[in-house]
Formats: sequence, structure tokens, C-alpha cells
Amino acid sequence: MAQIFHRSTNFLSRFSIFGSVFFLAILLWLFYDLEASPYTTQQTIAREQPVQFSHAHHVGAIGIDCRYCHTSVEKAAFAGIPPTKTCMNCHSQIWAQSPYLEPVRESFRTDKSLEWTRVNDLPNFVYFDHSIHVNKGVGCETCHGRVDQMPLMYQAASLQMKWCLECHRHPERYLRPKEEVFTMGWRPPVEQAVLGERLKREYHVRDRVVLESCSTCHR
Amino acid sequence: MTGKVHRATIYLGAIALISACGCRQEMYDQPKYRPLQKSDFFADQRASRPLVEGTVARGTLASAPVPAAGAPSAEELRTTMPVPLTRELLARGRQRFEIFCTPCHDRTGGGGGMVVRRGYRPPPSLHIERLRDAPIGHFYDVITRGLGAMPDYAQQIPPEDRWAIAAYVRALQLSQRAALADVPEPERRSLKERK
Ligand code: HEC
Ligand code: HEC
Ligand code: HEC
Ligand code: HEC
Ligand code: HEC
Ligand code: HEC
Repeated sequence: MAQIFHRSTNFLSRFSIFGSVFFLAILLWLFYDLEASPYTTQQTIAREQPVQFSHAHHVGAIGIDCRYCHTSVEKAAFAGIPPTKTCMNCHSQIWAQSPYLEPVRESFRTDKSLEWTRVNDLPNFVYFDHSIHVNKGVGCETCHGRVDQMPLMYQAASLQMKWCLECHRHPERYLRPKEEVFTMGWRPPVEQAVLGERLKREYHVRDRVVLESCSTCHR
Repeated sequence: MTGKVHRATIYLGAIALISACGCRQEMYDQPKYRPLQKSDFFADQRASRPLVEGTVARGTLASAPVPAAGAPSAEELRTTMPVPLTRELLARGRQRFEIFCTPCHDRTGGGGGMVVRRGYRPPPSLHIERLRDAPIGHFYDVITRGLGAMPDYAQQIPPEDRWAIAAYVRALQLSQRAALADVPEPERRSLKERK
């Protein structure tokens, strides 16, 4: 009986076994890349909001401090989203007739909350606390990017676990003096390596064993 | 042979089941509320419930806004602070003043802040005669209840911080009228040299 397959198919079979390893590797790599891409993490994608609220105008141009609106950021886990009354402090007079601000005025008249679209949103099984980060010298900018240049808010970091851990393993690379936490565009006056080490000691930042342990963030 | 096929289907089925579990999002969005989340349960859809009128937080009874803000009784404003005046308090007052007041009153209290430059009604300078003579409770009262075109800050600034700001406003007022004689000796000399 003649052989069903010609000799040359030996090459094909070897090639396909060899190739499938590559194929799998490429698939894995694609998956890994996709998983960390803005497509899944929603990083850098600006959200539609009920009001075209611009941090670039309010923070960048007028210079309002974050804490004017995000009042609980130093004391609580939740940074706080300002109530409509806070907007009306100024907008009772400024741009008081503007159609852009009609939703704000309507919310104030009817006592119905403005429904902002959440931008940074961790899964519910992760515990995050603003106050400890702010009080140990992690700047808003480090996690949220140049907010003062954002006409519409977007998520600046991936918010994936590896991103949190990158810093929890080496906080000294990111720490800044507490007075500069709310500053945008801060540059270290001396080398970050020196400053970071000093601040880490001064603020009693715990070691990586604590900061890396699962129960710090999953509790 | 059939046994093998059978086992293979079980394995495949198990894998399919496990991977299907992985796609469920229930731990991502658990049936609990995070602050300010939307709720279908309450009529106004607020998961963070608005406070009942007159609620006083634990530990703040002494400085609660009853009967009137910044006043020992309904008629007169306090002329002294209910909290001790310390360097830390002044520093805190300065920080809070620069967060909440500078948009309109500017850093020196002159009244030319950024928001005023964009068309908000200009406030009076904090250094005018009337405000220099005003009792300290007046500043507390203005922060708590607002005055004319000035919005109230009762929701944004807790009572301790209001007193800290009031104290800092007093310090600002002093700073704008300081005479050379008020400056301690060593600094006085260096000031003269600079001139
Ligand atoms: C005038 C008030 C105001 C000031 C000042 C302000 N914010 Fe905001 N911020 C808002 C409002 C309103 C929203 C919700 C709408 C949005 O996401 O754009 C918001 C949203 C955000 C969000 C996204 C929240 C989410 O949904 O994940 C971040 C991050 C943020 N602000 C950071 C900052 C930082 C950092 C500063 C200071 C540099 C600052 N903000 C100053 C009003 C303000
Ligand atoms: C401290 C004063 C102040 C507060 C508080 C404030 N704004 Fe503004 N807002 C301004 C000023 C001043 C302008 C005009 C900006 C300009 O002329 O460049 C402005 C402009 C705007 C505009 C017009 C479009 C734009 O971006 O220029 C919108 C919309 C707006 N604000 C929304 C809001 C909302 C929503 C809030 C509440 C979260 C808020 N503002 C709180 C001062 C304020
Ligand atoms: C260590 C990183 C980090 C720093 C520093 C940080 N944030 Fe955030 N921020 C986050 C994360 C993560 C979330 C999403 C929280 C969630 O989904 O529970 C968030 C959410 C927010 C929100 C939405 C409301 C909330 O609390 O969920 C606001 C507003 C905000 N941040 C403002 C600020 C401001 C203002 C500062 C600076 C004082 C700041 N953040 C500093 C990581 C950070
Ligand atoms: C840029 C640096 C940085 C990033 C990014 C960061 N952290 Fe932190 N985190 C810190 C520092 C510094 C501390 C304070 C450690 C201490 O006090 O010893 C801290 C503390 C914490 C704590 C408090 C631990 C405790 O015992 O109270 C939690 C929870 C936490 N981080 C969660 C997170 C999560 C979740 C993320 C990611 C979404 C994150 N952090 C991202 C720097 C960071
Ligand atoms: C610094 C905070 C932090 C620490 C420490 C931490 N995690 Fe996480 N973890 C996160 C965050 C944030 C996410 C959400 C990631 C996302 O949404 O992509 C997460 C997600 C997860 C997930 C779910 C992954 C998924 O895609 O559904 C698992 C499982 C997990 N962590 C296990 C662990 C284990 C095990 C440890 C201890 C070795 C640990 N984590 C320590 C912050 C942390
Ligand atoms: C949105 C702009 C704005 C902000 C922010 C603001 N003020 Fe005013 N303030 C005004 C205006 C306008 C007046 C003039 C009110 C009038 O006479 O109608 C005023 C008046 C005052 C007066 C004088 C009251 C009198 O007897 O005439 C004091 C004191 C004062 N503000 C203190 C403060 C303090 C303290 C803060 C910070 C917590 C603050 N203001 C923040 C706009 C503002």
C-alpha cells in the first residue's frame, strides 16, 4: 500500500507543531497587551458628563484648590464630589444665564442631584483610601495626572493591581512634601532618590511587606 | 474508546463552566453602596442620605450652630474665640483661607481674587475700618451663614476651621497695619538694610 502522505509533509507537520508554539505565544502576548490597553482599562478616555465641567478652567485658569470642591479628600477614603451648592457659590453670578449651566441651575432649583459619570472606578473588592495617600505625600497628580490640563476628566492611570503595586513596592520614587500634594506640575527641588528616601522616613511609611500584602487592599 | 470520548467531553465541559464563571462581574459590582452611588431604593435616588435638619455630629455639640452662628446668644456676636489661639491654629487658618476665600478675596484680603476678575461682585477689602472693628464672631457668622452676595460655607468648612480662618483674618488685618516698631529687633535691622 502506498503511503498516504508524501515525505514532504513531514516538514509541514514539524512546522505546524513549531508554529503553534509561536502562535500561542503571540496569542498570549496579544491578550496581555489587550488586557493592559486603554480599551479594557478605559485609561485616557474622556467621559461624557451632564455638564461640560472643565478642570482646565477651574483649576488651571482660575486656580481653585482641589479641596474647595473635593472637601473630604484629606480626611476620608472618599474624595468627595461637590454638591450643586458648591457650583452655585460662584455660578449664581458668573455665567448665570449660560445654557451650559442650565443643568446645574435646574439641579439647584429642583434639589435633584446632578448625575456625574464616574471616571476612576475600582472593583468593589478593592479597598482604596484617599486620606492615607494624601497625608503621606502622594500627590493627586501622581495618580490622576495633569488635572489642570483636562477640559474633560479622564482616567490617567490604568488602576490595575500591578500599577498600585509598582508604587507600594517603591513609594520613595513618588513621594513629595505634604505641602505640594495638591500642586500640579511639581518638580523635585533636589534629586527624587534623595528626597524620597528622606520623606519616607519622615512620614513613617511602612515597609513593602505591609504595603504588598493582599489584605492591605483586599479586606 | 467511548469511555475516552466521554471523559474528554466532561473535561471540556468543566473548562467551559469554569471560564464562564470567570466572566461574571458580581464581585466587581457588589450589592452594597459606595458614597454618592445611585440607588433605586430611595425616592430621590441618593444612597448617601441627606441629613435631617438640625443634625449635630458627635463631638461637635459645643460649636454647633445653635442658637446663632458665632454668637453666645441670638443677639450678640462673640468677641473672643471659643478655642485657644495657637500657632498651629493660625497656620491651619491660613491654609483654609487660601483654599476657600482667595478665589474672591485674594491672598491679602484686598478683594481682587480671580473669580472677581471674571465678573463676580467685588467684596469689600477686609482691611476697612468697619471690619477691623468688627467682633471676631462676625467672621465666623459670615462664613456660616453668608452675607448678601457672599455665599455661605457651612457645608464646606467645619466649625473648628471657621474659627481658624477667623483668627487668620485678624492676623491679616494686623499685618496690613503693622508699624516698624511691631517688628522684632533683629528683623527690623535687616528690613532697614533692605530699604
Ligand atoms: C470647582 C470644583 C472642582 C475643583 C476645584 C476640582 N474638582 Fe475635581 N471634580 C469636580 C467635579 C464636579 C467632578 C465630577 C465631574 C467630572 O468627573 O469631571 C470632578 C471629578 C474629579 C475626578 C474624577 C472623579 C471620578 O469620577 O473618578 C478627579 C480625579 C478629580 N476631580 C481631581 C481633582 C483634582 C486633582 C483637583 C485639584 C487639582 C480637582 N479635582 C479640583 C469639581 C472640582
Ligand atoms: C470659585 C468659583 C467657581 C466654582 C465653585 C465653580 N465655578 Fe464654574 N466657572 C467659574 C468661572 C470664573 C468660570 C469662567 C471661566 C472663564 O472665564 O474662563 C467658570 C466657568 C464654568 C463653565 C463654563 C464653561 C467653561 O468651562 O468655561 C461651566 C460649565 C462651569 N463653570 C461649571 C461649573 C460646575 C459644574 C461647578 C460645580 C462643580 C462649578 N463650575 C464651580 C468659577 C467657578
Ligand atoms: C494613590 C493614588 C491616588 C491619589 C494620590 C489620589 N487619588 Fe483620587 N482616586 C484614586 C483611585 C484609585 C480612585 C477610584 C476610587 C474607587 O473607585 O473607589 C480615585 C477617585 C477619586 C475621585 C472620585 C471620588 C472617589 O473618591 O471615588 C476624586 C474626586 C478624586 N479621586 C480626587 C483626588 C484628589 C483631589 C486627590 C489629591 C488630593 C487624589 N484624588 C489623589 C487614586 C488616587
Ligand atoms: C504613587 C504611590 C502609590 C500608588 C500608585 C498607590 N499607593 Fe496605596 N499607598 C501609598 C503609600 C505611600 C501608602 C502609605 C503607607 C504607609 O502609611 O505606611 C499607601 C497606603 C495604602 C493603603 C493603606 C494601608 C493601611 O494599612 O491603611 C491602602 C489600602 C492602599 N494604599 C491602597 C492602594 C490601592 C488599592 C492602590 C491602587 C488603586 C494604591 N494604593 C496605589 C502609595 C501608593
Ligand atoms: C496595592 C493594593 C493591592 C494589593 C496589595 C493586592 N491587590 Fe489584588 N487587586 C488590586 C486592585 C486595584 C485590583 C483590581 C484590578 C483591576 O480592576 O484590573 C486587584 C485585583 C485582584 C484580583 C482579581 C483580578 C481580576 O482580574 O479579576 C485578584 C485575584 C487579586 N487582586 C489577588 C491579590 C492577591 C492574591 C494579593 C496578595 C499577593 C493582592 N491581590 C494584593 C490591588 C491590590
Ligand atoms: C464667591 C466669592 C467669595 C468667596 C469664595 C468668599 N467671599 Fe467673602 N465676600 C464675597 C462678597 C461678594 C462679599 C460682599 C457681600 C455683600 O456685601 O453683599 C463678601 C464679604 C465678606 C466679608 C465682609 C462682610 C461684611 O460685613 O461686609 C467677610 C468678612 C468675608 N466676605 C469673609 C470671607 C471668608 C472668611 C471667606 C472664606 C471662607 C470668604 N469670604 C469667601 C465673596 C466671596
